[in-house]
Amino acid sequence: MKTAITVFPGTNRERDMAAAIEKASGSKPDLIWHGESDLAGYDLIVVPGGFSYGDYLRCGAMAGNSPIMRAVKQQAERGVAVLGVCNGFQVLTETGMLPGVLMRNAGLKFICKMTHIRCERSHAPFTGSLNQGDVIKVAVAHNEGNYFADEDTLDRLEGGGRVVFRYSNAAGLVDATTNLNGSQRNIAGILNESGNVMGMMPHPENAIDALAGGVEGLKMFAGLAGTA
Amino acid sequence: MKANVTVTLKRGVLDPQGKAIGHALEGLGFDGIGEVRQGKLIEVELAETDRKAAQAKLDEMCRKLLANTVIEDYAIEIVE
Repeated sequence: MKTAITVFPGTNRERDMAAAIEKASGSKPDLIWHGESDLAGYDLIVVPGGFSYGDYLRCGAMAGNSPIMRAVKQQAERGVAVLGVCNGFQVLTETGMLPGVLMRNAGLKFICKMTHIRCERSHAPFTGSLNQGDVIKVAVAHNEGNYFADEDTLDRLEGGGRVVFRYSNAAGLVDATTNLNGSQRNIAGILNESGNVMGMMPHPENAIDALAGGVEGLKMFAGLAGTA
Repeated sequence: MKANVTVTLKRGVLDPQGKAIGHALEGLGFDGIGEVRQGKLIEVELAETDRKAAQAKLDEMCRKLLANTVIEDYAIEIVE
């Protein structure tokens, strides 16, 4: 499997993501600087977390208009799998590849903690060995993770089975008490209409080692390894 | 030519920062504070000399970059 991970000024999770994908798939991803405009030949493109362009204007707004994102969009239109995590999710919404927007957390605080997310549907290649209803423990680290879209868009997402992850507790309960950032309908991860682009706020790439954060994120990457 | 672009959250979109500012004003003893909403001001200098053309250009800038029209409204004011 050939994987590209995009790197912008201010990106900081690209090595974590590369380590997770290498661990799961055995092949080392290429880190691609944002000035590049050709991403042909990759099976998977990941837009990782961080603070691209210092979050200037809006999170992901500058990166969303960079040359490499035009290339990511082109590849996505050809059916290549694209995963955006955290700032990557914000970037994908800014490019219009995913609907909605990630707003400031409802509690106005940066949230950096372990949380649980419930898998709402099993969808290759992104959810790996996870089945509907499975709960994994992963970290979140964001200031703007509060997913917002208008009611029509939310209903379309739900109707199309495009909500992939919701914030929950360990038992899989999804309600206001498990909604850590104010996201509409506890949404933590969604798909685009054709199902080859996914964005999520939590960091599965930081849950791949028993000594640091647990290994539950690996369940997701097991599927990514089989993309090619 | 110079323009001020004001970007604000759409009505109906929760603005927790505006709310926090409102609470802080009340905390300082200011009475009668209604809803407070926060936005941003972007000043843009343009070489364009035709007002109408400048307006059109700024409108495109807002739609493409300056505002995220999913949650934000924008207003363009040409100031000089």
